[in-house]
Amino acid sequence: MSPLLEIRNLRTAFPGARSGFGPREPVHVVDDVSFSLDRGEVLALVGESGSGKSVTALSLLRLVPKPGRVTAGEVRLDGRDLMTLSVGEMRRIRGKRIAMIFQEPMTALNPVLRVGDQVVEAIQLHELVSRAEARARTRALFAEVGIPDPDERLDAYPHQLSGGLKQRVMIAMALAMRPELLIADEPTTALDVTMQAQILRLLRDLQRERRMAILLITHDLGIVNELADRIAVMYAGRLVELAPRAELFANPLHPYTRGLLAAIPALAEPGTRLHEIPGVVPSAGRWPKGCRFTPRCSERFEPCEAQDPAETTRPNGRRVYCHAVAEGRR
Amino acid sequence: MGAYVLRRLGWGALVLLGVLFLLFVLFFAVTDPDDIARKALGEKVPPAVIEQWKANHGYDRPLWPWQDFENNLLFDHYRRMLTFDFGLSDADDSPITERIRDGMGPSLALTVPLLVLGLGVSIPLSLLVAFFRETYIDRMGVFLCVLAMSVSTLLYIIGAQFLIGKVLRWFPISGFDPDPLLLPRFLALPLLVGVLSGIGADVRFYRTAFIEESTRDFVRTARAKGASEARIMTRHVLRNALIPILTQVVLAIPFLFSGSLLLESFFGIPGLGGVTVDAIQANDFSTLRTMVFIYSLLFVFGQIATDLSYGLVDPRVRFE
Repeated sequence: MSPLLEIRNLRTAFPGARSGFGPREPVHVVDDVSFSLDRGEVLALVGESGSGKSVTALSLLRLVPKPGRVTAGEVRLDGRDLMTLSVGEMRRIRGKRIAMIFQEPMTALNPVLRVGDQVVEAIQLHELVSRAEARARTRALFAEVGIPDPDERLDAYPHQLSGGLKQRVMIAMALAMRPELLIADEPTTALDVTMQAQILRLLRDLQRERRMAILLITHDLGIVNELADRIAVMYAGRLVELAPRAELFANPLHPYTRGLLAAIPALAEPGTRLHEIPGVVPSAGRWPKGCRFTPRCSERFEPCEAQDPAETTRPNGRRVYCHAVAEGRR
Repeated sequence: MGAYVLRRLGWGALVLLGVLFLLFVLFFAVTDPDDIARKALGEKVPPAVIEQWKANHGYDRPLWPWQDFENNLLFDHYRRMLTFDFGLSDADDSPITERIRDGMGPSLALTVPLLVLGLGVSIPLSLLVAFFRETYIDRMGVFLCVLAMSVSTLLYIIGAQFLIGKVLRWFPISGFDPDPLLLPRFLALPLLVGVLSGIGADVRFYRTAFIEESTRDFVRTARAKGASEARIMTRHVLRNALIPILTQVVLAIPFLFSGSLLLESFFGIPGLGGVTVDAIQANDFSTLRTMVFIYSLLFVFGQIATDLSYGLVDPRVRFE
C-alpha cells in the first residue's frame, strides 16, 4: 500500500545575510529531508530549536512565511505532488485533508472573533452547509475534544478561555473536516504539565478513534514515547535518524540521537549527572561542511568533516545518516 | 457600561470647568478688560469711551465673586459659556453664536464627505497595498504615498483650480451655494484636493496597521484551515487593524465641526475654518475664548467616543 504522505528531498530556503554587495545567499534551513507517513500512523519529528522541524511542517502545507520558500523536493499526498498544485487546489487541501495545530494557542486564535465562529468558518470554507448546521457540528466537536459547557463556549472569545481550552478549540478546528493527516507543531509546549498530559491523551484517543495520521513535532522526547509509532530526528536542517520508536529508544545509532536520549531525566540513572551534548546547535547558514554534527560529535573521524554522511538503510526501513554507522564502526 | 459612561462624562465636565477657569484667568485676569477695550478702540481714546465700551460688552463689573458675589465676571463667564450664550464679538459687535451657527453648515458640508471619501479611498487602497506587501506594487504604492505627502496642499489647491477649474472648466474654481443641486459642483474641487492631500499619510498609516496584523499567528491559523488570502485580509486582518485606525478616525470626528482653514479660505467656503485665525488677528477676545472652549468640548467628547468605540471592535475591552 502506498503511503499517505511521502516527502522526497525537500529543501526550504530563507535568504541569508548579505555578503558585501553580492546577492543574498539562500540558506537551506530544511535540507534534503525525506520521509513518509502511512495512514493512521504517528510520526514524531524531533530536534532542538532551529533544527528545521517546524519549517518542514509548514513546507508540507506550503505555508512557509515569506521570504522563505520551498526550493526543491516533492510532497506527495496519495501520490499527488502538493508542490505542483495551484493555489486554489492547495487551499482545498489545507484544513480538509491536512490540518495543523500550533504551539501557541494564546495567539493562534483570532482575538476579535468568537471561537465557535472560527470553527464554523473552518467547516464552511470547505463545505456548503448552513450556518446552523456548521454550528451544530462545531458544538459536537467541542464536546468531542472535551470542552465543558460547549453551548456557552461557542460564543466565547479567545481571551475568555484558558490556554488548555484554547488548544482544545484549535484541535476541534483542525478535526472539523476529518483530515487524514494532522500536523501538531509542539501542541503542548505552551501549556502547564497537567494540561500537557490531558492534551496528549486527547490527541492519542482521537487518533485511534479516527484512524488519523499525525505528524507530531516536538523537542520533548518524553511526549514522543506516549504517541509515536516512528521517530525522525532532525539536526541542523537535516534528518539524522529515522526508526520505529521502540528500536530508537532501545538502540539509538546516531551519536546525536544517543545524546538526546541520554539527556532525558526519566531515563537517566538516579544520582548521576544528567548527560549533555557539548556545544550548541550552529545557527542556520553557519553549518559546518560534511556532517553537520561533527564539531559536537564524540565519535568523529576523517570523512566526517569533508563529506556528507551516506544513508544507511536497514530492512525495516530504519535510516541513519552517519559515517560511523555506514562504515560499520557501530 | 452605563456607570462607566457616566463617570467619563463626569470627568469630562470637570475638565471643561477647569478649562473655563484657565480661560478666565488668561482672558480676564492676565489681560484685563481695559486692555481688550484699547485693542478694540485704539490706544489714544479717552477713558470715558473705554468705560462706555466696557459697559456695552458687560466688562465693567468686578472680576471675582469675593468682590461682588451677585454681579461678577467669573460667574458670568461660566454662565454664558455653559449655556452657549457667547455674546458679541469684541472686534465688530456681531453675535458670536450666530456666526458659529451659520458657519457650521458649510464646514460640515465639506468635512463630513471629506472624511467618508477619504476613508472610502484609503482603506481599500491600503488593504490592496498590504495584500501585495514586499512586491513592486507595494513599493510603488509606498513611493506614491510619500510623494503625495511631500507635495504641499497649496500646490494641490492651485493645481486643481488651474487645471480642472480654469483649463478644463469642469467645476467652479471657488464659491459656495447651499442649494443641494449646486452644492456638489462647488464641493468637487475642495473634496478632490482634500482627499488627495490626506491620502498619502492615511494609506501609509493603515498599511502599517494591516501589515502588522497580517503577521500574527491567527493569520497562519486561517491559512492552515484553507482560507483564501482575500478572505484573510477582509475577515481576519481588517477587524483587528480597525482598532488602531478607529482611534484616529473617531478622535477626528468632533473636529469636523471646526472646518478646514486652508480649503475653506481658498475655495471661498463660508465655514468655521477661519474663525479662530481671524479672531486672533482682530484681537477678538470673546470669539477666541468661545472657540477655545468649543475645541475643548469637542476634544473631551472625542476622547470619550474613542474609548467607547474600542468596545465595539475589540471584545477584549470591557468598561469598568
